Amino acid sequence: METPINTEWQLWEVFAQEKTGEPHFHCGSVHAPDKEIALQNARDVYARRGSVLNLWVVPAKEITATSPSESGEFFEPANDKIYRHPQFYHIPKAVRDI
Amino acid sequence: MRLDTEIRDALFSFLLRIADDRLILGHRLSEWCGHGPILEEDIALTNISLDLLGQAEAYLKFAAEVEGKSRTEDDLAYFREVIDFKNCKLVELPKGDFAFTIARQFFFSQYCVLLCEKLQQSSLEQLAGISAKALKETTYHLRHSYQWMLRLGGGTEESRQRLQNAVDELWNYTGEMFLTDTIEQQLSAQNIIPSFVEISALWKENVARCFRESSITIPQTGFMHSGGRIGKHTEHLGHILSEMQILTRSFPKAKW
Repeated sequence: METPINTEWQLWEVFAQEKTGEPHFHCGSVHAPDKEIALQNARDVYARRGSVLNLWVVPAKEITATSPSESGEFFEPANDKIYRHPQFYHIPKAVRDI
Repeated sequence: MRLDTEIRDALFSFLLRIADDRLILGHRLSEWCGHGPILEEDIALTNISLDLLGQAEAYLKFAAEVEGKSRTEDDLAYFREVIDFKNCKLVELPKGDFAFTIARQFFFSQYCVLLCEKLQQSSLEQLAGISAKALKETTYHLRHSYQWMLRLGGGTEESRQRLQNAVDELWNYTGEMFLTDTIEQQLSAQNIIPSFVEISALWKENVARCFRESSITIPQTGFMHSGGRIGKHTEHLGHILSEMQILTRSFPKAKW
């Protein structure tokens, strides 16, 4: 049997950087047949109003993510130890610029 | 700005040519809005369309100044007739399929990049300034269409065939972009614009390279359409103008 041609383009996640030294932030996703077109599409969809310095596109299937069902074991142990959070500590008034 | 009458008339005509190319092609491209093959491409084509309208506005504004008859860029865009438009016929042809649109964008953007590269060194400061700004946008337009030429040419047999058909259909309209006449000669003698003979040779080289990379055959060069530059257009221009101009003409001074 003939395999049907997959006409759906690959999904790419788009990350943009606004200033040198700043982290790239996730701004959305685009469909594209390859990485060059993915960059072009990302530029047209997310960077056309300027203020973007650099763009990354990453094939969405290459991203490994936690699943909601695992969120308990991944994240809760940290949440129940309040001394792990910076908010737990009192900052003396004399200390500024933190 | 001091220019003798003869040069001023030639400059006005030249500015109309390059402004009208962009105005009409911008409107043709806008017909893809909501009809693009995919959302991302729809946005890309619409962006390019808006860039072209912006460039048309800047060149028309300058043209109005050069003419010195207190017309505005809007008067020039909305209150001229078919015969007053000086765009080349290439840009007024109906949008066709995606391959046709891409091939036309490629031919036109390649020409614009070469033209703007030279125009940014024009002896007329204002023309140089507008063109330097346009060059940045146009360089991206060329990149966009070039990448698509490669992919359509190297895609499936159907995509390659559609691209070849589009190239065959458009080829005889490409010569008019490089038309040399007294207007071009007068202005290039003053270093206001570059020599179109030179640009034409560079264009052919670049296009031939793209064709090689896209497995597209260069059509036999023969008859080249012309007439647009002197106001003799295809039947398609009247239709696009009526759609573009009706609102302003029905409700002059309308604002929104």
